[in-house]
Formats: sequence, structure tokens, C-alpha cells
Amino acid sequence: MHEHISFPILSAIVFLPIIGALLVTLLSDRRPEWVKLCAILFSVGTGALSLWVLASFKSSSADFQFVSQHDWIKAWGISWHLGVDGISLFLVALTGVLFPLVILGIDPHHDQKRYFAWLLLLEAGVMGSFLSLDLVLFFLFFEIVLVPMYFLIGGWGYDNRVYAATKFFLFTMFGSAFMLVGIVATAALARHDVGYLTFDLVTLAEHASFATNTGRWLFFSFAIAFAVKVPLFPFHTWLPDAHTQAPTGGSVILAGVMLKLGTYGFLRFGLYLFPEAAVWARPLFLTLATIGIVYGAIAATMQTDLKRLVAYSSVAHLGFIVLGIFAMTSQAITGGVAQMINHGVSTGALFLLVGMIYERRHTREIAQLRGIQKVAPIFAAAFTVVMLSSIGVPGLNGFVGEFLVLIGSFQTARWWTIIATTGVILAALYLLWAYQRVFHGEPDEDNSTFAELKLREGMVLMVFIGIIGFTGLYPKPMLDRIEPSVDKLIEHVVSHSEFMPPAEMELEK
Amino acid sequence: MNALFAENLVGPSISWLGISPLLVLLGGVCVLLLLGSIAPRWPKGSYCVFTVVVSLATAVAAMLQWHDVTKNGPKMLIADAVALDHFALLATITIAVSIALVSLITDDYLRREDYDGPEVYALYLTAAIGGVVMASSNDLIVLFLGLETLSLSLYLLAASHRKRAESQEAGLKYFVLGGFSSAFFLYGIALTYGSTGSTNLSKIASALSGDSPFSQIDAMLLVGIGLMLVGLAFKVSAVPFHVWTPDVYEGAPSPVTAFMASAGKIASFAALLRVLVVAFPTRIDDWRPAIWVLAVLTLLAGSILAVVQTNVKRMLAFSSISHAGFLLVGVEAAGHVGDKDALAAVLTYLLLYAVLVIGSFAVVTVVAGKGDSQTTLDDFRGLGKRRPAMALALTVFLLAQAGMPATSGFIAKFGVIKAAAEVQSYSIAIIAMLAAVIAAFLYLRIMVSVWLADSTDDTKLAIPTGAGIAITLAAIFTIVVGVYPGWLLDATRMVSHLATIAVQAVDPASQTPAG
Repeated sequence: MHEHISFPILSAIVFLPIIGALLVTLLSDRRPEWVKLCAILFSVGTGALSLWVLASFKSSSADFQFVSQHDWIKAWGISWHLGVDGISLFLVALTGVLFPLVILGIDPHHDQKRYFAWLLLLEAGVMGSFLSLDLVLFFLFFEIVLVPMYFLIGGWGYDNRVYAATKFFLFTMFGSAFMLVGIVATAALARHDVGYLTFDLVTLAEHASFATNTGRWLFFSFAIAFAVKVPLFPFHTWLPDAHTQAPTGGSVILAGVMLKLGTYGFLRFGLYLFPEAAVWARPLFLTLATIGIVYGAIAATMQTDLKRLVAYSSVAHLGFIVLGIFAMTSQAITGGVAQMINHGVSTGALFLLVGMIYERRHTREIAQLRGIQKVAPIFAAAFTVVMLSSIGVPGLNGFVGEFLVLIGSFQTARWWTIIATTGVILAALYLLWAYQRVFHGEPDEDNSTFAELKLREGMVLMVFIGIIGFTGLYPKPMLDRIEPSVDKLIEHVVSHSEFMPPAEMELEK
Repeated sequence: MNALFAENLVGPSISWLGISPLLVLLGGVCVLLLLGSIAPRWPKGSYCVFTVVVSLATAVAAMLQWHDVTKNGPKMLIADAVALDHFALLATITIAVSIALVSLITDDYLRREDYDGPEVYALYLTAAIGGVVMASSNDLIVLFLGLETLSLSLYLLAASHRKRAESQEAGLKYFVLGGFSSAFFLYGIALTYGSTGSTNLSKIASALSGDSPFSQIDAMLLVGIGLMLVGLAFKVSAVPFHVWTPDVYEGAPSPVTAFMASAGKIASFAALLRVLVVAFPTRIDDWRPAIWVLAVLTLLAGSILAVVQTNVKRMLAFSSISHAGFLLVGVEAAGHVGDKDALAAVLTYLLLYAVLVIGSFAVVTVVAGKGDSQTTLDDFRGLGKRRPAMALALTVFLLAQAGMPATSGFIAKFGVIKAAAEVQSYSIAIIAMLAAVIAAFLYLRIMVSVWLADSTDDTKLAIPTGAGIAITLAAIFTIVVGVYPGWLLDATRMVSHLATIAVQAVDPASQTPAG
């Protein structure tokens, strides 16, 4: 798998933002433009590297590419093992794209030096989580992202920020507590099969075999961490608070990439390491996902705060991804991975737009906004496109993932899918209704001065809308790269459990 | 014992080289006390420099023997009463490094509080002697001597700020309660001696092994083990023997608190491990459940009670209780057959935690200001604006104590959790991790005050040189170990390896006196 290039590009993707964060910290506060320039350069550099990975990724291969592997903590069998496959490829690219956009497009208003430093550190953490192929290394990045996010919410958020930041931190750490014990136990128990102590994901997944019950316990220790991160239904309460109180940049990153750490974790570590347990737990997770879809949608409908509405819509959208993952058909998981990207783009853009509304009106209350379409038509148009993508209108990116998830899940999880489909209708309800209240009608006095989209804001939004349109119209390049890895994962699940993929799918091939 | 003295009544032979760390410390104390009282006041800062030099010399003396022990295996010194193994050496090095760091904080503190002099430093060194003896003792009486030397020094140190009523109160409380615990411990020794016929840990172990007549006597021995556990649990501040900790930590001078939480804890845990693992390997099923209960109580009570505190020193006191719970998880793991990791994990944890806690208390010392009283959460407000670098260091220490990856705290916790998971103590490992989540709330509260709350006081804090050096070194160490722990783990892994042999080598040692 070692590529002809010897440049450790994945390690560079992780380290570049860290170096950037250190440089930003060391630069003087008196030259704010240098600080910003430095942050932009490093995030753009990381983004360019991630796009380069995307471009030179071998689309037909299901294996890990650009692998970089070194001993890290030899005494404990922990290695610095990075690699990218079809499942993580687009998440890495999305992370690479989102961060420069956030740094370019959103002003922190105060203490910009620290703000940029935390953002860059966050980028390193997120990248590391998506690229890690060692359990402890993954845990390290998975956990470390909490710190910058905590400070971003707590330092630059809105009124109730400290409460929200603390809740976010503790909830996620609660999940990780189980995962750490699970990780250590996995490696300790697998030592018998593998022959030596290792935390290497691929080695463990291919060589370790756990007793049925043990595997299930271990699976749940991981699943709790991911369920909190996603968040799945009963663990979701941190999300509306964190999203609503976070600064716009924080919300974009949180919704755009950080929630995907949970769903990605389910795929990479849940299904891959513990196929038998994952298959066994399917009904539970399908049910929780479906509850999340319906509950998130209903809760979103009832919100009076625009940002909270978008936050609850995330709960519903993430439910679709989990539904797809645990349906375990090729289409459903491919759709789930695609939906991770699409949700990141469209919800990220929605949070950006809501942030712009707050900048202009200093309120996010739907009741106080009215008739914005009249005074800011271009802004309204951009909002419409993003909103339609979030609803999942055909021709835009949201449709691709959601449709694949539903069609794939229908084969193996029929009733859950039928209930989940109502979520699509509800999504149209809450978003269109919100749009109607905010943008239609005659603007009152406060809203009549609503400023039109600025050039810089427009440029940032153009990138989002470009991705929305392109993926919506021509999803093939994306799906082609995702599918081989997904198929390989399903093959692994099938060969290690009693799960049978539906017959129709086999015929299709 | 008779067999030992039959040929040679003069006394045991002494390997002077083997006890050289102790001799260096003792020499340091003598010089400080003699020259300190005869000579006029030394130049500014020289007491501190002297103590740092002595403690580093102690560490070097211990390191010099590291290689020898690696090559020739562990030894018993002074009629089997003192063990010379990697475990003892590493504990010695850790204690020595702790004194060096604490002395750096103490220097400016004493001048600020206007009682500069050699006494405090001399007491640090005396306490260190006690600590080193505890960590390397292979005999209950010797262990008790070490314990008392350490404890008496700590009582004095806690009360050393003569002008502060809280300091006096802390000293008195600690003294009264500590006296109780020592009595418990001593009675435990007596009962153990009564039921095994020896105070030597190795001989106790062989007396209790399968074919010996002593192995049948139970009630007295169990009470003895129990009472010794009470005494040591008090020293490591395990719940429910923790009540002194918050008061003493809060009242004692801040650098002294750092000393108690680092060197004091190292010595007590080392002694606890020695007693349990060396003397009672055949009774693990008896003491392990007790440790399990202590660990769970300590973890939960320490973390939960910490949440409602508003004084940072008190918070750190409760957090140290919670850390003691984590360490007890490691001790519990050491009570399983087939365990290989626990000793190294506990000692590594102690080493890393010592640096963290000294770093944290160094910041507290600086913030506390003249009178050592500004230690509430409100006093930390806006520290991020007033002293960003120091606030960042404090954040590193707090995140490390919360067990965040890429800091030494994660390595410490991971080691203990790994040791527990290897012997399949999953429930206690999960309880420990959940307690860490609760405790994280406490660290977050301090960080909120430091970074996210507005300052009420904009005056620039002056950071004294000594404290600055200590904070910087501790912060760098915390990050370096977090990112690149391999070298440290390779060194500490030797501990578990050879300490186990030291335990097994007990049997021949009891027949032929070593030395």
C-alpha cells in the first residue's frame, strides 16, 4: 500500500495546523493582521494538502492509502498509524475545506489570536481522528478536540456559553470514559490471538476474535462514546445547548465535522472491530436512530430560536446516517457516508447564515424576524438553496445521501425506514415554515435595515453552494470512491457474523 | 532473628553505597541545621539552592545504583531491613525531584511571608529521609520509623507559617489525627508480628506461605493487616480516612501543601505497596477486596465532594483524594495473580502526578499573594488576562489532571487503567474513568475562572524566579511526557520487572542473610 511518494502527507495534515497554532500563539497581539494571515496560511495549506489527497486518491482501491506507520509508545504497542480510505477521504477533505472558510469568513470579534490558535488546534484534532488507524491514537485525537471546542464555546459564545461548554465537555468525556476502558480491554484480550500487545486497528480487526459476550460488552463501551458524540437520541441533550451558545465558527465546525466523529467511529471502530456485536445490536441502534429522526424533526418544528432549530435538525439528519450505517447494506452505508459530507456542508452553511442574521439583527428569535426577502433578496436566495439542500430536494446534495440511505435501509430494516421517511416530510415542514416566518411578509422597522450579503460573505457561501450543486448533480465521483471501502467493510461484517446482505443487492452487482 | 545474630553479635553489615541517597539527605540536613544556626543569615536564595543541590545529589546517588541493580539484581541491605531495588530507587528519585521543585517555590514564598530561614528546607529533607526509608523498607519497624520521620516533619511543616492561624490549625489537626493513624498502624504491626513471628516483610511472606504453621492463624493476622491498612489509608488520604486532607491542604503553606501532595503521597503509596505485595502475596484475596472498596469510595467521594468547593486549594485537595483513588485502582490490580504492570503503573502515576501537583500549587502560591490567603476561585478570575503564560501552564496542569491525552496525566491514567484491564478489573476501571469525568468538572471550573471570567483586579502579578522555573519545568515535562512517553515507560517498566523478582527472591533471602 505504500505509495510511490515518500512524503508523509497525512502526518503533515495533522502537524501543519499544530505548528500554525503554536506560531499564532507566539505572534504579537499588536499585529492582528499577521495573526490572521498566519492562521489563514496554515489552514489553507492544510486544506490544499487534503484536497491533494482527494485528487490523488486511487478511486478503485478499498484499502488504506497514504499509510504512515511508526512506533510511538513501543512499551504499550501504540503506533502512529495514519491512513485514509473511501470512508474517511471526504471527511478529511471536508475538514480541510471548512476550516479555512471559517477562518476567512467569520470574525471572532475579540481575542482573535487565541481564537485562531484554538481553531487550528481543533483542526489538527479532527484531522487526526479521521486519519488514525490506532485505537489509542484515535482516542487521543477524539478526546483532545474537546479542549479547543470547550474554549471556543466558552470564550466566544453567547450568554449561556460556560454552561453549554461545560455540558458539552462532560457529556463527551462521559462517553469516552467507557471507550478508554474498552480500548484497553480490547487490546489486552486480543493479545492472546494476536500474540503481542497492540492497539493497531487493522491488526486487531483482522486477527482478534472475541467471545460473543465479550465482544458485545466491548462494542458497547465504544458505542456509548460514539452515541454521545453523534448524538443519538437519549444522549443528545448537550447538542442544542452547545450549538446555540457556540460562536458561529464553532457551530459550523461542530455540525460540519465534529458530529461525524461519532458516526465515523461507528463505522471504523464499531462495525469493523466488533462485527458480530454490531449486527446483534442492530435493532437497538436502528430504533434509536429512527426515534432521533422523528424526535429531532418534531423538536425542530417547535423551536422559536432559529439556531436551535438548525441544531435539532442536526439530530434528525444524524439519525439518518446512523440508520444507514446499521442497515448494513452497501447503498445505505455509502449513503450514510455521503450524508455525513452533505450534512456537514448544508448544516455548516445554515449555521453560517444564521450567524449572519445574528450579526445583523442581534437576535435569533424567529418571531422577531420578518420580511428579510424584501430587503436582502440575494441573502434570501442563498438561504433558500442551502435550506433546500438540507431538506433533501432532488438535484441538491442532501437528496443523494438521504435517498441512498432510505433505499438501502428499506431492504434490511423496512419498518424503521418507513417511520424514518416521515422525517423527510417533517424536515420540509420545519425548514419551510421557518423560512416563511423569517423571510416572507412585510419587513417591520427593525428588519427593514437588514443588510444585504457582503462580498466576503458571498464568496464563502459560494464555495458551500458550489459543493451543494456539484454533489447534487454529479455525485458519481464521490460515490465511486466511497463504495469500494464500504463494500469491503460489509464483506468483513458478513464474514465475521451471521448477517446476510439482502439478495437483491447481490443480483444488482 | 536468632539465627541471624548467632555468629556475629556486632550488628549487621552495612552497604554504605546502597544507602548513599539517605546519607546525602542526612548530610544535607546536618549542614543546613548546623551552619544555618551558627552562621549568620545566608545570602538571598542560597538555602533554596543548597536544598536543590542536595536533592539532585540524592537523585544522582540513586541513579548511580540503577545500573548496578539492573545488572546484579535487587539486594537487601542492613540485615534485610532495607530493600535496594528499582522500585525503591525510582521512588527515591521521584521524592528527590519533588523536593527540588518544591524548594524552588518555597524560596520566594518564605521571603514574601517574612520567615525566610533554613528550618523549612531542613524539614523538607528530613521528611524526604522518612519518605525514602518508607519506600525502601523491608521491615515493618523500619517502615514505621520512616513513617514517623516523614509525618513529624510534615506536622511541623504544616504549622510552619507562625503568623497564620490557619497554618497552626492545620498543623494541630494533622498532628492529632496523624497520631491516631500511627497508633493504628503500630498496633497492626504488633498483631502481625504476633501471628507471623516476624516484622520482616520477606519473612512474613514466607511464614504465611503454604506449608508454614503460621499460615493457619487467621483472625489476628487479618486484624493486623486491617489496622495497618487503616494507618496507611490515612496517609494516602483514602476515603473514609480522608477528613484531614482538605483542612490541612487548605491551611498549610501552599508550597508545603505541594510537598505533602507529592513526596508525601509517593512515600505512603510505596509503603502501602511494599507491605501488601511483599508481605502478603498469599493473602491477596483478603486485602484486595478491602482495597477495592477503598478505591471506589475514594474515587467517588473525592470527585463528588470536589465539585462543591470554592477554594482552589481545597479543590486541589479533593482532587488529590480522587487521584489517590486512581492509585488505589493500581494497588488493587497489584493484588491479582499474574499482574505485571501495576507496580510500574502506580509508580509512574505518582511521579507524573507529583510534577503536576507541584506545578499547580506553584501557580496557587503565586496567585495567593502576601498572607497566602487569596486562593478562592474569585481570586483566579481573569488570570488569563493578567498572566497568560502562567494561566496556560495552569491549564496544562489541570487538563493533565483531568487525564487529557497529549499530557502526562493521560499516560498516568492509561497505565493504571491498563494494569486494571490486564487483570480484568473492568468495573473498577470504569468507575475510575467516570470519577475522572466528575473530577474534570472541578478542573473546568478553575479554568472558567482563569480564562472565561472577567478580572476584578488588573494588577500585574509578579512571578518570582524560583516559582517561574518550577512552573516552566513542570509544564514542559507534562507536555513532553504526554507526547513522547517512551523513554519514561521504558525506565519504569524495569521497576515492575525487577520488583517482582525482589518479591519472589524473598524465600532464599530469609534463609541466608544478604549483605
